[in-house]
Amino acid sequence: MRNEAARRARFLRRKWINRVALTLAFAAMLFGTFWLAWILWETLRLGFESLSPALITENTPPPNEPPGVGGLANAIWGSLVMVGLATFIGAPVGILSGIYLAEYASRGGLAMTIRFVNDLLLSAPSIIIGLFVYAVMVVHMRQFSGWAGAVALALIVIPVVVRTTENMLALIPAGLREAAYALGAPKWKVIIHVTLNAARAGVLTGVLLAVARICGETAPLLFTALNNQFWTTGLSGPTANLPVTILQFAMSPYESWQQLAWGGVFLITLIVLGLNILARILSRNTSS
Amino acid sequence: MQQGDRAISPHPRAHMHATESFNVVLRVAVILLSQIRLRMRGGTFHPRRFTIMPISVSAEHRRFMSNALADRLFGLLARGAALLTLASLAGIMLSLVIGAWPAIRAFGPGFLVHNAWDPVREDFGGLVMIYGTLMTSAIALLIATPVSFGIALFLTELAPAWLKRPLGTAIELLAAVPSIVYGMWGLMVFGPVLARYVQQPMQSWLGDTPMLGALVSGPPVGIGILSAGIILSIMIIPFIASVMRDVFEVTPLLLKESAYGLGATTWEVVWRVVLPYTKTGVLGGIMLGLGRALGETMAVTFVIGNMNQLDSLSLFEAANSITSALANEFAEAAPGLHQAALIYLGLVLFLITFAVLVCSRLLLLRLQRNEGSGT
Amino acid sequence: MTQPTLPEPDIAALPIKLSIQDLSFYYGKYRALNHISLDIPANHVTAFIGPSGCGKSTLLRTFNRMFELYPEQRAEGQILLDGEDLLASRQDVALIRARVGMVFQKPTPFPMSIFDNIAFGVTLFEQLSRIDMEERVEWALKKAALWDEVKDKLPQSGASLSGGQQQRLCIARCIAIRPEILLLDEPCSALDPISTGRIEELIAELKKDYTVIIVTHNMQQAARVSDHTAYMYLGDLVEFGDTEQMFFKPRRRETEDYITGRFG
Repeated sequence: MRNEAARRARFLRRKWINRVALTLAFAAMLFGTFWLAWILWETLRLGFESLSPALITENTPPPNEPPGVGGLANAIWGSLVMVGLATFIGAPVGILSGIYLAEYASRGGLAMTIRFVNDLLLSAPSIIIGLFVYAVMVVHMRQFSGWAGAVALALIVIPVVVRTTENMLALIPAGLREAAYALGAPKWKVIIHVTLNAARAGVLTGVLLAVARICGETAPLLFTALNNQFWTTGLSGPTANLPVTILQFAMSPYESWQQLAWGGVFLITLIVLGLNILARILSRNTSS
Repeated sequence: MQQGDRAISPHPRAHMHATESFNVVLRVAVILLSQIRLRMRGGTFHPRRFTIMPISVSAEHRRFMSNALADRLFGLLARGAALLTLASLAGIMLSLVIGAWPAIRAFGPGFLVHNAWDPVREDFGGLVMIYGTLMTSAIALLIATPVSFGIALFLTELAPAWLKRPLGTAIELLAAVPSIVYGMWGLMVFGPVLARYVQQPMQSWLGDTPMLGALVSGPPVGIGILSAGIILSIMIIPFIASVMRDVFEVTPLLLKESAYGLGATTWEVVWRVVLPYTKTGVLGGIMLGLGRALGETMAVTFVIGNMNQLDSLSLFEAANSITSALANEFAEAAPGLHQAALIYLGLVLFLITFAVLVCSRLLLLRLQRNEGSGT
Repeated sequence: MTQPTLPEPDIAALPIKLSIQDLSFYYGKYRALNHISLDIPANHVTAFIGPSGCGKSTLLRTFNRMFELYPEQRAEGQILLDGEDLLASRQDVALIRARVGMVFQKPTPFPMSIFDNIAFGVTLFEQLSRIDMEERVEWALKKAALWDEVKDKLPQSGASLSGGQQQRLCIARCIAIRPEILLLDEPCSALDPISTGRIEELIAELKKDYTVIIVTHNMQQAARVSDHTAYMYLGDLVEFGDTEQMFFKPRRRETEDYITGRFG
């Protein structure tokens, strides 16, 4: 009888602990989503207020102009060019390395090393990449340049693409490869026409995610592309770009600049979320 | 007869003299190049046009050779690209060490614990920034880990089915929001709120308490270690939470049902069965978050205040971190000891993230080995 | 008397442990069990057989309300355990599961040591001293015929055991909390013949202390281990009776077809 009472008490205590823990989990969910919703809401609200056609047609204004004057056209253009160039350099290198890891050397010391190094580059602080490019390009060219910015961004693209490409190729069933080899196809044809082709949606997803990531990267551009108040046609000098312009304008005391910074943050958030959603749709369509 | 066949077909090259094979390789290269050129012009490739081909080389043989060459070229290209990854790491390490060398020679390892940052007298030590980086990351992990665990638990065990997917997707998307957004929000929106509703009340409440009072002293302006740590935690919550949710979700259903079948509550199932089962993945997620927090530049630069001081250990006082020191000073630092000292800081940061990655790998390896052998 | 005397008394004369009355079960809108009624006698082994998808596992999972983990599943009717309705009971489901233990298709050792695997369930309901706990673990492992094999490696991970040993560990884990009923859901489907043989011997031992209900897709197994057999088809209980009678002289044509392999 006493045993039964003890059992009952123990059970009630467990029950109570369970209820408290689950309530805390619910509270954590509310806590997490509260901050994130607040951030998105403020970004969208303040960003939307500062939207105007001028934002994408006019260049960055000098300080102390009245609010509403000037836009971010030169920064948007610079970012577009550098992101495009970085993708153009980084994606092929990343895809090829991914192919090497998946198809040529899936085991062995070299592959293990490269994989580890890739993970390291993936988790390396992006400002360190900026330092590296500064040392090898900016110092030698004696000038901050859009080229250096593009290379820094490309170095961020590569590990992301390597990882996804290798993972996606590894998912292709061995039977598909063997069937192609059995027809007498040479390895490069098998890889390009069969395996890579079968994995192309996944590989493209990886590239899209990498592009989304570098769209908002600020740190690696600080000492490579720097910034520029004007429209730049070539990439051989300091080049205007969205993230660094946002940083500069947001930290400034001028109201007009702060407003433009919110506009820029709004644009970047929209582009990055859009690219991520696109990548998601792409990978969902192929998996189902 | 059979032996002869075998000798010819798989290794046709064995039958050729060295000069002849070289000739063939050259020609194949010419064909390949012209094929590429023709393709680019939109034309089609006709091998018959090349009358220089010796008759002894059959069409089939030619194709074999061109494929073999293409195979080698493609293999080399892929290998080269992979080695480029390796080279870029070596390049980063090398350039950091070379760039930091003057500072390494001048200050040695004492740099790490030296509290000074005086560009005029060229006296540099990284203690302030290293402390700032480690402290903000520690605060971030302290907040983010339990919250992420709660979110993952809610998403896998408690959320109604119709809510699981949209909430999970939202969390994943938030992991993609650029850090500059978090930074700007922190400076313009969160900082003032923190100052008004948290820091000022805490100061009036704890200000006179001996130990805690020191932690909350300083101007309550919403800028400093605490606010940087909080922004970092909000930023890494989506990372850790989505990894935890993923690994919780792959826990075998039967394992969970077995625990429920014994009469365990949801909390007991998650805490005593699911969590031990997924510990490697959970740890990996936390390490991912830590790596993010350590290397984050923008979210910290906006709100840490960029003050090189360590006189007060107050969490409300403006301070500095490695990344924000680099972001603020590097482009304007004079070449020489100042710049070298900044690169030295960068090298330290890189080594810290390297150490975090290696530690997490070793830990995972050890956990896996324990699981495997059961000893 | 034309009827030959049966080795076991008729089910109706046995003490009933679990009485299922007019039980229907739904996965969302789909009805998986149609008005099932049967009485399961105490301290006997009852087997549920039938083709895949006939509802035998579904039926088993209502006895410890395991289906409640999934919001779209629900049961209607009554399941009386010693006269108390489990479905309507205001008693907590955790307490019901302590009385009705369950072993699954695949071995599911928890990610902890062999000792803790067994202690886990016990600590949920009882506060035992270290010595009492060691005694309890030893008792359960002996009951599950596993003690001799693992007594020297109790601190090792449960995952280090072989498949058959793992399944016996799971049975020991259930027994350790001293349930009244043991539900076995195809307990041998992932095991080799030798391990299966050991589990079957164990089942015969266990019925002295527990009411055992086993779901199996293997008719020979049902014939070997059970005293009573229920044949189910498409959510209906087709026939329920003494195992020997069921296998040698089924009353229903459908049962005979299934047992003799002319099914489908």
